Amino acid sequence: MPAEVSGNGSRPSDVAAGGDVGIHLRSVSKRFGELVVLHGIDFDVPRHSRIGIVGPSGGGKSTLLHIVAGLLEPDAGEVNVEGATGAKDRLARCALMPQRDLLLPWRTALDNATIALENRGVSRSEARSRTRPLFGRFGLAMFEDVRPAQLSGGMRQRVSFLRTLVADKDVLLLDEPFGALDSITRAQMQEWLLRALGDVPRTVLLVTHDVEEALLLSKIVVVLSARPGRVVRVLEAGFPTDAPRREIVTSPEFVALKEKALEAIG
Amino acid sequence: MSAGAPPQLSEEDLLVPAARPTLGRRLRSFSRKYLSAVALTLALLVAWELIVRLGHVPEYLLPAPTQILADLKTDWVILWPAMLVTLKEVVLGFVIATVAGVGLAVVLHLYGPLRRAVYPILIGSQTIPIVVLAPILVILFGYGILPKLVIVALICFFPIVVNGIDGLRSVDDDFIRMMYTLDATRWGIFRRVEFPGALPSFFSGMRIAATFAAIGAVFGEWSGSNAGLGYVMLEATPNLLTTRIFAAILMLTVISLVLFGLVSLLERIAVPWAPRRESG
Repeated sequence: MPAEVSGNGSRPSDVAAGGDVGIHLRSVSKRFGELVVLHGIDFDVPRHSRIGIVGPSGGGKSTLLHIVAGLLEPDAGEVNVEGATGAKDRLARCALMPQRDLLLPWRTALDNATIALENRGVSRSEARSRTRPLFGRFGLAMFEDVRPAQLSGGMRQRVSFLRTLVADKDVLLLDEPFGALDSITRAQMQEWLLRALGDVPRTVLLVTHDVEEALLLSKIVVVLSARPGRVVRVLEAGFPTDAPRREIVTSPEFVALKEKALEAIG
Repeated sequence: MSAGAPPQLSEEDLLVPAARPTLGRRLRSFSRKYLSAVALTLALLVAWELIVRLGHVPEYLLPAPTQILADLKTDWVILWPAMLVTLKEVVLGFVIATVAGVGLAVVLHLYGPLRRAVYPILIGSQTIPIVVLAPILVILFGYGILPKLVIVALICFFPIVVNGIDGLRSVDDDFIRMMYTLDATRWGIFRRVEFPGALPSFFSGMRIAATFAAIGAVFGEWSGSNAGLGYVMLEATPNLLTTRIFAAILMLTVISLVLFGLVSLLERIAVPWAPRRESG
């Protein structure tokens, strides 16, 4: 069951060996002026698995996601996302879901979800009819034509996630997707996300400052240090996704792993 | 509720899209909002009337509101055609300013180097007082409608451009990043995020412009014309027809208010998602 894979910055080679590489980072560094944000980041994410990245805030987690997504280029090191190394090609393979839902207030929930299709030149009516059926599955039936201002925080986040899925990218980058929600809604959304991700195999990189969330939602958890961000520990989580949350969270394995992660963060 | 687990419904699943307010409710909230403004205006008018009547103020110094109303009736044959002339200048000038203002804001926003080159000139141009520009324009374009349109457009253009550029630039970078990961082109980002997001700013520029437009038209008419409310005022002054001047002012105010109202109405139609500005 869950165990520590490898410690102190070494790569989880045994994990990466199985299956083709989804995301592959080697000695990735990034600085903004004098500020070194990331320093020598190494890790591999097997295709169609879920990796959580935890670390203190200000540790460059979002920067790391932006680099993987192709929104930024690293100053040094290698980034490979399913064979794509250039920023533009990475951008074509990744969809980013930010912490804030970033729904466009003038578009209805449905028209927010279709935006990636419209960006690709699909007509509005075609994009709508393709996206509409998904609303029921996301617990958003009847809310297709409602503007974001009338939706609750959890629903807005679901529309935001739906929009990311409709983009139909193989790699999903989730940047603190539930950071802005209250803890009850957040727990519901975590369970919901696991179910939603179970339907479609995707490579998922989940950034969070919540260790519990990372352990619950990912197979592997990468612990980053405070700035400059380095990989300080890689933990294998992979808890069953169908068991009741309370049972998992109180199990000795979970508690021990959480302890290890917190200790690594320092 | 005897068998089986209860269905798991969170509170938000029970939310139903809110109903639109009924017409009656809207009317009530409208009258509540404007009641104080109407009451204050009436009180001021009554006070004005009393001061003039009880103080025996001569009409050529300050006419009473009732005298202005009476003059509106007797001078209607002069005022109405003049109002139509001024209205045409105001509306056309405003439309020209809006088209040019929105167009220039968009072009300057999309081409950064051009914005940096043009923006200082744009601001510099605003430091030239329109009052001194007006006679030159009359010399250039004559006594017709053209110099008035130029002056109205020049006055109205600036707030629309400046507000518009600010609105276009104030779009959150996170939205732009999000759009890039959803395969948007630069044009797609402009069309789907920046422009709709800047609409409220464009409209606030247009509302400021709407209040300036009538001033511009009167300036233009004062500098050289043979028609319009400004011309009526200019003619009435040496004859001490103060009441007629006030009647002309009243009609100018009505033009401005109607234009302002039309812009606000257009905003409600074009920007239905924006939080309503409370006037109370």
